[in-house]
Amino acid sequence: MTVELLWWEGCPSHPQAQAELERILREEGVAAEVTRVEIEDDEQARRERFPGSPTIRIGGEDVVPPGEGEPYSLTCRVYRTRDGRISPVPDPEDVRDAVRRAA
Amino acid sequence: MTGIGDRAPAFSLPDTGGTERSLETPAVIVFTCNHCPYALGWHDRIADAARDYQDVHFYAINPNDAERYPRDSLEAMRERVEREGDWPMPYLHDESQEVARAYGAKTTPDLFVLDADGALRYRGAPDPDHQDPSLNASWLREALDSVLAGKDVARPETDPVGCSVKWK
Repeated sequence: MTVELLWWEGCPSHPQAQAELERILREEGVAAEVTRVEIEDDEQARRERFPGSPTIRIGGEDVVPPGEGEPYSLTCRVYRTRDGRISPVPDPEDVRDAVRRAA
Repeated sequence: MTGIGDRAPAFSLPDTGGTERSLETPAVIVFTCNHCPYALGWHDRIADAARDYQDVHFYAINPNDAERYPRDSLEAMRERVEREGDWPMPYLHDESQEVARAYGAKTTPDLFVLDADGALRYRGAPDPDHQDPSLNASWLREALDSVLAGKDVARPETDPVGCSVKWK
């Protein structure tokens, strides 16, 4: 299983995203390594189809697929937790569901 | 860059209705934007403080480069204010980014509290956790209570937390 964390330094949420991702992988008994990919400029953002930081892809699939037409740029992603709050990281249960789908 | 105790720079910036707004004190200046999860997560708490402190002038200022980030254009700001409908403070566009540079804004959000003389008395985050609405902008409120009572602010500076300002 490939697990990627794409991140940009202008957004401080990537350490939290990585910690939660690694915790969930452990809890689900998945031994995959997290590959960190730093996005450094707009050209790379377009090339990597990066809708913002952090973006987690498991088996090549975004754990929270961005909406259609979402631009690719150096920005922070806006997620929603399952109780409706705005969050800079995906809801952990969305990450867990993505891990289970890919397992 | 404005430090604690310094007299804060004056400004005049357009709001989403096209009216020029000039700094009046005491004031809370919030550098913010449309697309940052930290700014959005804290917005309601800051807006509630603006409603609760009617004697304080609150200004939300968007300093981001709208060319690279169209979601922070003046038009997008106007659409947001119209859509949300209940903004208790003007939303100002710092197109040249001069105001943000003068204050030394780093992130969205980044808050600056000025006393009646225009001196900077608090700078930083609204409260310790953008994901916990129950904190209710406690650091901002503590600072305002002290300023309005003529007392020293016990915690005059905290680290601003949020998305980096998108400089040109």
